[in-house]
Parts: sequence; structure tokens; C-alpha cells
Amino acid sequence: MNGAFEAPTIEYGALAPLLVIFGAAIIGVLVEAFAPRYLRKAIHVPLTLLSVAGAFALVLLQVVRGQVSTAPSAMGALAVDGPSLFIWGVILVLSFVCVLLINDEGHFVASAAAVPGSSDEEEAEAESHGVGHTEVYPLVLFAVGGMLLFPASHDLLMMFVALEVMSLPLYLLCGLARRRRLLSQEASMKYFLLGAFSSAFFLYGTAMIYGFAGTVSLPGINQAMAAGNSLDPLLLIGFAMLGVGLLFKIGAAPFQAWKPDVYQGAPTPITALMASGTLVAAFGAVLRVFWVGLGNLDWNWRPVIWVVAALTMIVGSILAITQTEIKRMLAYSSIAHAGFLLVGVLATSASPARNADSLKAILFYLAVYGITTVGAFAVVTLIRDPGGEAGHLSRWAGLGKRAPMLAGTFAFFLLAFAGIPLTSGFFGKYAVFAAALESGTQAGDGLGGWMAGLVVVGVIASAIAAFFYVRVIVLMFFSEPAADGPSIAVPSMGTVAVIAVSLLVTVGVGLYPESVLGIANQAASSLFIR
Amino acid sequence: MSPWLPILMAVPVVGAIVVALLPKGSDKLAKQVTLLVSLLVLVLTGVMAAGFKPSGERFQFVAEYNWIPSFGVKFGVGVDGVALVLIALSVVLVPIVVLASWHDADGVKAADGTLITPKRSVKTYFSLLLVLETMMIGVFAATDIFLFYVFFEAMLIPMYFMIGSYGGAQRSYAAVKFLLYSLFGGLLMLVAVIGLYVVAGKQTFMFPELVGAIQDPTMQKWLFGGFFIAFAIKAPLWPVHTWLPDAAAQAPAGAAVLLVGVLDKVGTFGMLRFCLELFPDAAKAFTMPIVVLAVISIIYGAIVAIGQTDMKRLIAYTSISHFGFIVLGVFAMSSVAQSGAALYMVNHGFATGALFLAAGFLIARRGSPFIGDYGGVQKVAPVLAGFFLIAGLAGLSLPGLSSFVSEFMVMIGTYSSQAHGSGALAAAAVVSAVAVVLAAVYILWMVQRTMNGPTAEPVKAFKDLNAREIWVLAPLVALIIGFGFFPKPLLDVINPSVQQTLTNVQVPTSTIAEGTGQ
Repeated sequence: MNGAFEAPTIEYGALAPLLVIFGAAIIGVLVEAFAPRYLRKAIHVPLTLLSVAGAFALVLLQVVRGQVSTAPSAMGALAVDGPSLFIWGVILVLSFVCVLLINDEGHFVASAAAVPGSSDEEEAEAESHGVGHTEVYPLVLFAVGGMLLFPASHDLLMMFVALEVMSLPLYLLCGLARRRRLLSQEASMKYFLLGAFSSAFFLYGTAMIYGFAGTVSLPGINQAMAAGNSLDPLLLIGFAMLGVGLLFKIGAAPFQAWKPDVYQGAPTPITALMASGTLVAAFGAVLRVFWVGLGNLDWNWRPVIWVVAALTMIVGSILAITQTEIKRMLAYSSIAHAGFLLVGVLATSASPARNADSLKAILFYLAVYGITTVGAFAVVTLIRDPGGEAGHLSRWAGLGKRAPMLAGTFAFFLLAFAGIPLTSGFFGKYAVFAAALESGTQAGDGLGGWMAGLVVVGVIASAIAAFFYVRVIVLMFFSEPAADGPSIAVPSMGTVAVIAVSLLVTVGVGLYPESVLGIANQAASSLFIR
Repeated sequence: MSPWLPILMAVPVVGAIVVALLPKGSDKLAKQVTLLVSLLVLVLTGVMAAGFKPSGERFQFVAEYNWIPSFGVKFGVGVDGVALVLIALSVVLVPIVVLASWHDADGVKAADGTLITPKRSVKTYFSLLLVLETMMIGVFAATDIFLFYVFFEAMLIPMYFMIGSYGGAQRSYAAVKFLLYSLFGGLLMLVAVIGLYVVAGKQTFMFPELVGAIQDPTMQKWLFGGFFIAFAIKAPLWPVHTWLPDAAAQAPAGAAVLLVGVLDKVGTFGMLRFCLELFPDAAKAFTMPIVVLAVISIIYGAIVAIGQTDMKRLIAYTSISHFGFIVLGVFAMSSVAQSGAALYMVNHGFATGALFLAAGFLIARRGSPFIGDYGGVQKVAPVLAGFFLIAGLAGLSLPGLSSFVSEFMVMIGTYSSQAHGSGALAAAAVVSAVAVVLAAVYILWMVQRTMNGPTAEPVKAFKDLNAREIWVLAPLVALIIGFGFFPKPLLDVINPSVQQTLTNVQVPTSTIAEGTGQ
């Protein structure tokens, strides 16, 4: 320390997408404070959509201009490298379609603070003209900003901040469902308590690792490991705690218990955002921590993740079979998919080219899985009972006869989740399994044949998973409709657009995967900045 | 580059889109368009097949396009003799099935007016059928193993919906069982496909380049296992056969014909093409256990068939027995047996197709699949009874009908095989000959109980076959009789590619007795 203050250099160009999102979020808060109630929605919707689209355009601009940075930005706090930009692009597209869903009437409560069923609630309802909380929009923008920050963090402290910026708005959003409010509030509470707990683990782990390495920067930790004793208890305990925090966010077993409750209770558009955007962001962070930060420890963490991945796939697909609620079933399906993605995380090897292949596989999987998930939840919002969405699976019986287009679309999404060829999901699954087998056959790979074993566990889990996806198809198409079946809401333009885009991507990528693979390939080729 | 195969695959799928987009209420038009498209494909295939040179290159009408360069996957198609005859089988069966299924989705009414199956979407049924046709052509034409896998799995979906939406009372159970069995096998095969790509390290899935790429015997055994289990489920071989009787019995008769006649052939075709040529050492190492399974299938299928009370289940079990013969022929490692097996695949498609359809017409008249509900049909509907008898006799491989030639070739070829373990193979041939007797029992007993004897009360109101139904059965019977006396055109096409297979497996080949059995 020489005492002189050095002004930080900020690469505004690289960080522009982040700044746009956070700027719009802050403007959104001001709108809440100063704009009259009847105008708020009219301001929020274009503001949110435009800022997300603008951020996406800025991401594209960086890619098109070939200005992908090769060094960390903002004094080593962030890394806006190829994979980050790809993940940003995916998150922004997913958020855009989720905002279109959120925009649909009737998902959000008018006043979250009013006791359910009280006169306060009725009053708030009457005042809001069915619009509900408009705070939803700035909250979503903050969450999206956190999602962008999370996978691009280059040091653990930044990552923790990003984790909180992403999670806190989501805790709130989960509790804002208009229908079944108690369930929604319970979900919010559970998510908050468990999430806070896991954040604490993450922070404690960061402290431990700082104790070992003397730095929180990811490459710094990696270097410290190469130089120091890599069996230091501080490092190992720190790594384990960090792992708990991250695995909680992706919902890997044994930290998956929150997912079904939260997915079920949250308003469905928010569930869609969590199941797609948050998962993508969290996987980005997992990759960065394990591949960059713990790169020199991989003989140590890979066996652990092997067990977690196998457990996650099996737990997710077996528990999904017993579910009778569509959103809970999709939650378990999301757990199983997190397991498949972890198979890809394990597929590291000594050669950069092969690592780029594995990274490409994961990026591709995240992109196609995310968009299919949003589409599936969009369909869920349309099948309604008088008391809200018709969540119980038995209510879906015979849907194929009453609404063949909608049921057919949903069936196609389910087939994509199951990984049937000629859907995008198949190529995602193929890519991670191929990456895993490839890494296992490398000479000197610590896991060797175990990787093949994991892939076999993966295909068995896929077969089990296929059973419950197919069960829904059977219900929709091969069962007679119930006499008092659910109503099918007339979809708004936004919802139609969401479903159409998801379907197009799922079909298009299923027929010609090279379209997305090529981009993922480019993004992954330079790997993460170290 | 030849455009033939891509065109053949494109025509049905375009037809399917057209049929699906037709306005509401144009059911009749949908049927006519489907029939026209399938006939067009048949004609095109005929023209293409006429240009096939048996003595030429192994793969002809080759076309290759880059599909997924990131994975090293090409859209590679081309046919050898075996693939060609199986494609021909498929495109012959499709128009017949279209005609046979004309009223299947209209809602079937029994003679007494009760509804057997309710009215369902006609357009969906026929567009699924056309999509399936594309995939059937694709799966046999694919020379890229990844592409083969894609069709292998994707073709489950149209069939799944055809069984599940248009089948009998237990249809959803049968459809799910069918899908899950096949999917599970397919996923194991996926692991083996990836393994093949990774271990071979050639950055390609093209079959001709991967022949001989895997040298390590242990690795060969693992990969062989992945492929073989998938094909054994598909074929199906005992003990993974249990999905077939359910699926075939619940499927509408037309779909059952394609299921047993074509889809299951993918399994035996895959064994011949992929299991043997890619992993020759493993194939030889596993010959004995597989032959044992095949013989069990032959005998078990035949015995269980005798005990069936449901006609469609009976036919399904006879098919399990026949698939046992085909697998036996494939793994007997002699050119006569393998040519016989390839020929059997085609003949079985015609014979079993005819039997399923004749039984389907019978069932449509009474609304019951149970043998006990019939009797004396011959007196009221002699034409139907006649076709039923001929189809049945083809099923039991009567000399003069096509199946006889192939069954005889398989048995002779297996008995006289020079391959390692020839003694055991000879014994297998002798044991499987028992099935010939059992076949006479299950077929003739079924014919006797349904067609002969006193005419049952509800049967008296039966109408004989109408013109459409005769048009369905007559071509099949003509083919059965024609190829029974003159199998040479088929054998001429099949033999060179079988020789090629055996060369790749490094088995000494003996000369083939042309037109064996006649």
C-alpha cells in the first residue's frame, strides 16, 4: 500500500448490458414511487421489455464486433468472456419471454401484505383493477441483473453479492401469487430460509478459502492451490461449503428439497423464470468455480460431483413418478435435468480443446432446456380451474380432445424433456453424455471407466424419466376428458408468442442443432478467462 | 450423390403435412391423399430399385450432406441389397395398410350397432402413418449410425400415438409398455453409439468408415452389448418380448402390420448390419448364448401361440417364433442362413401382414378378437375364409409359399454352418425344426375353430369381403405365392450384400444354392 488512491478502470463497453438492466431496475423503483397507480403498468412493461432487449442487443454487439474481452473487467471482479456472453444472451432471451408471461393478467396479488381472505385484500383488489403488484417488474429486473452478474463473477465475493442480488427479489416474487396465497407465502418463506442458509454456507466457504489462499479471486485461488498444500483442511472445508451453496441453487440432490415446494407455490411465470434463467445462471457460476477456481483440485472434487450427479438424476426421476401436481412434476424433472447437466460439468480433461467441447455441450443444453421449460410453464398457465391453475394431473385428462393444439405442443415439450430424437432435448442430452464418455477415455483420467458408469446411470434415469413424461401424454391423449374439466384460458398475445417461440426453437434445433451448436461452439472455444 | 433416397424420404413427410393441414371435415380427401402419396412412393421406389445393380458397389444411391458438423454427424443415406428389399417391403405395405385402415379412425361399429372404438381424428392417423413411412425408409437407408439411431428412436413416437389413440381397450397400457421397452433399449444403444464414436476416434459416424475401427476385443463386447440389447428388444427376442403381444393386440390392424412387419425388422436388420460388421469378434464370442435365446424364442413363441385365445395375440406370438428363426439365421454365420434370414424378413412381413389384416377384417365384423366367438365363417364369407387360410398357411411356411423358402434356407444354413461351434448350431437347427410342427398346430387349429364347424349365431350376419378389402389382401397373397415359387429376384439382390457382411466378419463363405428349395 503506497497510500495513493488509484481510480478503478471500468470497461463500460463490456459491462453495458449489466448497467442497462440495473439502470432500468432503478428507474422502475422510481416509477413505483412517483408515477400514479393507473400509469405504472403502462410504463413498466415497455421499460422492462426494452431494457432486456437493449441489453441483449449490447451483448450481440460485442459478439458481432469481435470485442470479446480476454482479460477480467472491472479490476478483476468480472469476466465478460465468451461463455459469459453466451450465458448472458440465453438469460436475456429467457427473461424476455418470461416478462411476456408475467405481463399476462391475473398472476399476481394486489397487496401481498393483506391477510388472505380479509377485507384488506378485497379492498386492495378493488383498487388495483386486477393489475396486482407492479413492483414485480423492477424486482424481476434486479433478479435478472443478479443472474447476469452471477456467472460472470471473477471472484468469490463478487459472486456472493451477485447471488444475493439474484435471490432476494426471487424470494419476494415467490410470495406474490394471486391464487392459493398461503401456499405461495409458504413457498416464499421456505425458499428464503433455505436460501439464506445456503448463502451463509457459501460465504463461510469463501472465508475459509480466503484463509487458505489469501485471495478471493478465482485464478488466484487456483494458483495458490498449485503452489500450496492442496490437502489443507481450510481449502477442503471451504470447497465443501462453497459446493453446498452452489449445488443448492441448481437444486442438486441432496439439496433439492426446496424445488418442488417453491416451484409449486410461486406464481407460474416466476417459476418459469427460476426454472430457466436461475438455473442457467447458477450453472454458469458452478462451471466458473469448479473449472477456474478449483481447476487444480479436480481429482478431488470430481468424485464428489460424480456421486452428486448420479444421486440427482436418480432422485429427480424417481420422485417425479410419484407426483400428482404438474408443477411439482416439472420441478422434479428440473432436478433430474440438473443431474444431466452435472454430468457435463464433470467432463473435464487435460486438453483445452476437449474442455471446450464439454463446455459447448453444457452451454447448448442450458439454452435449449431453458427455452423448452419456459414454453412448458406457459402452457401450464393456460389450463385453469375456477380457483386458479388446474395443477392436479387428473384434471389434464383428455386435454388432447378439448384443445388438441395446446396439448400437442405440451406433448412435444415433454418429448423434448425426455430426450426423444428430433427434439432439441435429445441433442442436449447427447452432447453432455458424449462429452462425459470422451473425457473418461482420456489417458490418465482419474475417473476413467467411472465416467461410462455415470453415463449408464444417466440413460437409466432418462428411461425412468421418460415414464412420467409419457404418463402425462397418456392422460392428455388416451384418456377420456372429465365432464367438468378445466377451462382453457384464451391466451394473450404475449403468451401465444412465448409458446410459439419455445415450440419453434424446440422443433428447429431438433431438426438442425448446428444453428445453436455453432454459436455455443464459438462461445466455448476460448474457454473461461483464467 | 443420388437424389433418390432423400426424395423418397421427403415425399411422405410432405404428404403428411398436407394431410394435417387439410380443413376440418375433409376426412375422405385425407384418405385419398394419403393413398396417392403412398402409391407415389411405391412407384418411385420401384423405379429406383430397377436401377440397383446387384453386382455393383455395396452401397448405391448414396447421398451425403453435412448435418451437424459439431458432432461429426452427416445425413448419409445409401442402400445395399438387404436395405433395399426392406425399404421395398415397407413401401409395399404402406398403401395396403392405408387401404386396410380406411375406416379404422371413423369409429368401428359392431354388427349389432354397439360402438367398439369411438370416432377419432382421421387426419392425424393418416399423417402419422406417412411420417412413419418416412422414418421407415430413413432407418433402413441410413449409412450414418447417428442418423440410424435418430430414426430408430423417433419412429417410436408415431407408432406410440397410433397404438395409444386408435387401439383397443387396453391401448394406453400397451402403448406405454411398447414405448418404454424400446426407449430403454434405445438409450443403451445411444451409449454404445457414443462409445463407438469416441473409441474409434475417427470423428465420423459413417458406417463404412467405422467397419473394423474397433479392434480391442473387450471394448467390442461392451459396445456389441449396447447395440444387441436394443435390437433384441426391438426384434423381439425372448426374454424381452413381452411388449409385443400387448402392443400388436391393442394396435389397430393396420398399425400392427407395420409394427410387426417393418418396425421389428429394424432389430434383425440392425443385428445383421451393425452388430456383426462393427463388432465381429464379439459377435463370434456371443454366438452361442444368442443362438440359445433364438431357439428358446422359436419354441417358446410357438408353444405360447397355441394357447392363445385372442387372434392378434396369437399372431404376435407366432412372430416371436419367426423372429427367433431370423436371429438364428443371422448368427449362424453362413451365407445360406444369412440370406435366408434376410429373405425371411421380407417374407414374414408379407405373410404376417396378410394374416393380421385378414384377422382384422374378421374382427371388424364381430368386434371381438377372441377365437371362441367365431365358427363356421367359411359358409357365410368364403372369400374371407379363403384369404385367411392362405395367409395362415404362409405363416406356417407351407412349401410353395414364400416363407417356406426362407425358413428352409435358415435351417439348412444353420445345420451345415462351418462356423465355430458348428455342432451346436446343427443341434439348434434340429431343435428349431420342431417349431414347424408346432406352427401347423397353432395355425390350423385357429383356422379350424374360426372358419369351420357350425356357424355361430352372430357370424351368420357376416358380409363377405368387399372390393376394398379384396384389394388389400390380393396383392399380398400374390406376392406370397409369387416369391414362393420364384424367390430369385430377391435372393439376387440380397446375396451380394450378405457376402459382404460375411467378408467383414471374416467368415469363410460357401457358395449359395440359388433358389434353394425349389
